[in-house]
Amino acid sequence: MSIPTASSNASLRASLHGLPGVDRVGADARAAGLGTRSIKTSAKRQAIDMAISMVDLTTLEGADTRGKVRAMCAKAVHPDPTDPTVPKVAAVCVYPDLVAEARDVVGSSGVKVASVATAFPSGRSSLEVKVADTAMAVAAGADEIDMVIDRGAFLSGDYLKVFEEIQAIKEACGEAHLKVILETGELATYDNVRRASWLAMMAGGDFIKTSTGKVQPAATLPVTLVMLEAVRDFRDREGRMVGVKPAGGIRTTKDAIKMLVLVNETAGPDWLDPDWFRLGASSVLNDLLMQRQKLTTGRYAGPDYFTLD
Amino acid sequence: MIFEYAPAPESRDVVDIRPSYGLFINGEFVDGSGTPFKTVNPASEETLAEVAAATEADVDRAVQAARKAFGVWSALPGSERAKYLFRIARIIQERARELAVLESLDNGKPIKESRDVDLPLVAAHFFYYAGWADKLQYAGYGTTPLGVAGQVIPWNFPLLMLAWKIAPALACGNTVVLKPAETTPLTALLFAEICQQADLPPGVVNIVTGAGDTGAAVVGHPDVDKVAFTGSTEVGRLIAKSVAGTNKKVTLELGGKAANIVFDDAAIDQAVEGIVTGIFFNQGHVCCAGSRLLVQESIAEELLSSLKRRLSTLRLGDPLDKNTDIGAINSAAQLAKIRELSEAGEAEGASRWSPACPLPDKGFWFPPTVFTGVSQSHRIAREEIFGPVLSVLTFRTPAEAVEKANNTPYGLSAGVWTEKASRMLWMANRLRAGVVWSNTFNKFDPTSPFGGYKESGYGREGGRHGLEAYLKEIS
Amino acid sequence: MSERLSVRKTYKLYIGGAFPRSESGRSYAVTGAKGEFLANASKASRKDVRDAVTAARKAFAGWSAATAYNRGQILYRIAEMLEGRRAQFVSEVAEADGVSGKKAGELVDAAVDRLVWYAGWSDKISSLRGSSNPVAGPYFNLSTPEPTGVVGIVAPPMGPLFGLVSVIAPVIVTGNTCVVIASERAPLPSITLAEVLATSDLPGGVVNILTGSAGEMAPWLAGHMDVNGIDLTGADAELAQKCEELAAENLKRVLRPNGKTDWAADPGTGRMTAFLETKTVWHPIGI
Repeated sequence: MSIPTASSNASLRASLHGLPGVDRVGADARAAGLGTRSIKTSAKRQAIDMAISMVDLTTLEGADTRGKVRAMCAKAVHPDPTDPTVPKVAAVCVYPDLVAEARDVVGSSGVKVASVATAFPSGRSSLEVKVADTAMAVAAGADEIDMVIDRGAFLSGDYLKVFEEIQAIKEACGEAHLKVILETGELATYDNVRRASWLAMMAGGDFIKTSTGKVQPAATLPVTLVMLEAVRDFRDREGRMVGVKPAGGIRTTKDAIKMLVLVNETAGPDWLDPDWFRLGASSVLNDLLMQRQKLTTGRYAGPDYFTLD
Repeated sequence: MIFEYAPAPESRDVVDIRPSYGLFINGEFVDGSGTPFKTVNPASEETLAEVAAATEADVDRAVQAARKAFGVWSALPGSERAKYLFRIARIIQERARELAVLESLDNGKPIKESRDVDLPLVAAHFFYYAGWADKLQYAGYGTTPLGVAGQVIPWNFPLLMLAWKIAPALACGNTVVLKPAETTPLTALLFAEICQQADLPPGVVNIVTGAGDTGAAVVGHPDVDKVAFTGSTEVGRLIAKSVAGTNKKVTLELGGKAANIVFDDAAIDQAVEGIVTGIFFNQGHVCCAGSRLLVQESIAEELLSSLKRRLSTLRLGDPLDKNTDIGAINSAAQLAKIRELSEAGEAEGASRWSPACPLPDKGFWFPPTVFTGVSQSHRIAREEIFGPVLSVLTFRTPAEAVEKANNTPYGLSAGVWTEKASRMLWMANRLRAGVVWSNTFNKFDPTSPFGGYKESGYGREGGRHGLEAYLKEIS
Repeated sequence: MSERLSVRKTYKLYIGGAFPRSESGRSYAVTGAKGEFLANASKASRKDVRDAVTAARKAFAGWSAATAYNRGQILYRIAEMLEGRRAQFVSEVAEADGVSGKKAGELVDAAVDRLVWYAGWSDKISSLRGSSNPVAGPYFNLSTPEPTGVVGIVAPPMGPLFGLVSVIAPVIVTGNTCVVIASERAPLPSITLAEVLATSDLPGGVVNILTGSAGEMAPWLAGHMDVNGIDLTGADAELAQKCEELAAENLKRVLRPNGKTDWAADPGTGRMTAFLETKTVWHPIGI
């Protein structure tokens, strides 16, 4: 499939509905099968560090404060202050009004600052507001923008609206990387997940991301599988690599490692890099740290030994 | 970033293999009169145990024990027989890991499959038929058992085939003499211990180990009322011939050369998975394996490149490693047969491809292999290879796909991949095969009848239909 | 004035809807129960067996794909046509079996009734033999019976009409086609039955009837690699064993002779189910 001119809903519909279907039962079974991979010893150590370096450490609460964000950002740079061999996380992810605060703390550590934008999480606002929201976050120092698509428009078949919105936000991003949140929990079918993935990629998204974290189900294994297949196929056909970010519901080391196995055996090792794969999460970090310590010391770790931020 | 999975071996300490095993006759382990044989781990060629060989006289003892037990067993109320079978099912679940490890050791199949496929199905099969034992009057096949069943099973799913044979036979009130395959006797012998743990009356289940002559003695014994065989069409033919003129009831589950048909509108990623499951599950040692891929010409190239990419992720090696996808070939003889047919494929002009796949130094191994440019007339498109070898053919129209799929003396299974429901049903109607998997492949369930058309044998195993083989016809 | 000389019927074979003579050019004299000459019947050869199998195979696709309703209608139509020629069958059965006209009439009536009985099975046997299977997973799973294919039938020597109808009807009602070796002793009603079949909307080739020596023809039928099943009801023990051995070559479904069949008894479903396969179809359930 070549990139359509996107001049009309009809041409977009023809492209997206021309994609191969996804059999839900088959996709679920494949994801579950990969979920039984047993990652032990040296592989587990590698996977844990890889996962830590891919975390987008996130706080997206109405109750977020400057203090909360500063603490989280400090942890992002030094996840375990007692162990300098622990890698830093990939990014922090906050609301636009707290970008400056985050930027201030992470500084030049290499941890990126990501901000949700575009009337997150519902996306229910005008394009003007969404563009302004994005511009504000970028101006405040965001390296990455996590936008939400208009699911209402998508489900009603107005693919052109979704496409043009992504293009407009991409433009507003300037140098910043654009992650497009599909909110797969609202798309209902894997066919839709695949179509939305392609729509986002065709419109110029740098990353496709499963969820806002506000809707269940969020980053399930099969949904992530379908998106990984989409970026793999998109590179085959268009020659451009797009990243993937499952977000929401990844709480344990086991969850995170299953994601890495999925990447390894679906999109391939090229994607096993923080530039191309992220884990949108918060609580998973401490579990990764505890598991890491267990591998080092041979003792099971306890939560009191890891910071809560 | 390269992500290597470290070895993740399942512990073999969970199973205690004895140095030698006898025959299980009348509830006890007894010596055999034949020359004992060794069973080896096909992944390492290490000898696992020495196993007794049953002669004709031993088989006769087993049949006598079964005949004697038949009186008791068939006279039990169905509800009591049911409880024995439920008890066996529970013990299988309790000892599932032990059985799975033993199965992988003796057979060479990945622990992932013995643990997640074989053993759950084995337990489920006993649970399912346990429930029938006191409900036969509702099944529509009568309620009178046949007597002594002589059962001969293959090495590809040793314990699962045992379950398919023993569970319905016992539920219907028959007693059995079962011969496991020569290369995979160990789980059957552990099952014998389970029968003891379950306090199953002596003689209801008898296990006689040995080679083809032992099997022939079981099948040919004049006091056997029922013959159930799973294995090659070649042996099936001999059995069908040998029972001519007798009153023995026979069911045969034989070979196959299934077509797995992929249309251009298929859900491609799932179709690729289905092709992989179809032919590489259990190293392709599956009678219903999707060994002929029929792909619509318009997507052949695209599908094959997806398939090859997927095959490159398959992990071949130690069957006990939890991440192993492809285990060992069951025996040197089978490996030789796979090699011979693969060489014939090349000689006949088909192109052979395998992913980069280092094979272990010891043991019997064959890499996942795909032949393209295969014609219907090639041996690899007609003969059952019973190994991880896929032959790829193309078609243009649904009618052509049906014609090619049916152009075989076999008729066990078929696969259809299309997102169009009416086409799927149109195909399913026309495929001359006992099982049609549409948008899936190699799925099994105790409630679902399984068995072939044409030279793939007769009779059904599983489901209500599976009872018919073990009950006297209503006349 | 002399009595009018009757016009006799020439009894030929019934293959692919046509009435050819045996390719071998052979015939044999058929006598009645009292030894009187009745007619010359064709003595079919192995090549006639081969041609009949070809015709049956050709007819299988269409007949097995016909709706069950349609097959039922056609079997009922056969019963109607048989009833319409009742007098002719009564006379043939009486001559063949040496029974009274009344007894022969009862046998013809029973044959008609048997056809009607089987006609009704066409669209019911599936619900009896099929099943919906509650597998432990998100799959639709359905088992349905399907016809085995081409079935060879060695018709019983006794019961030249009633026995014959009782072995043909259960085979074809489910969609099989067949090659029938008629009673060697009393073949004439079988050819008259063929005339009924030929005028009953039954597609040519669904039923093919050969007269002659069962001992000569049955082994060819049993050994034929394009025959999927064989009913040996009319074979003696020796012939049945020989045929069963030959049938093993391509794993034919074999219906063994079952002693002396009481045709008047309730036939049950066994003659239908002997030549039915079970097909199980799986499909995922998902959105």
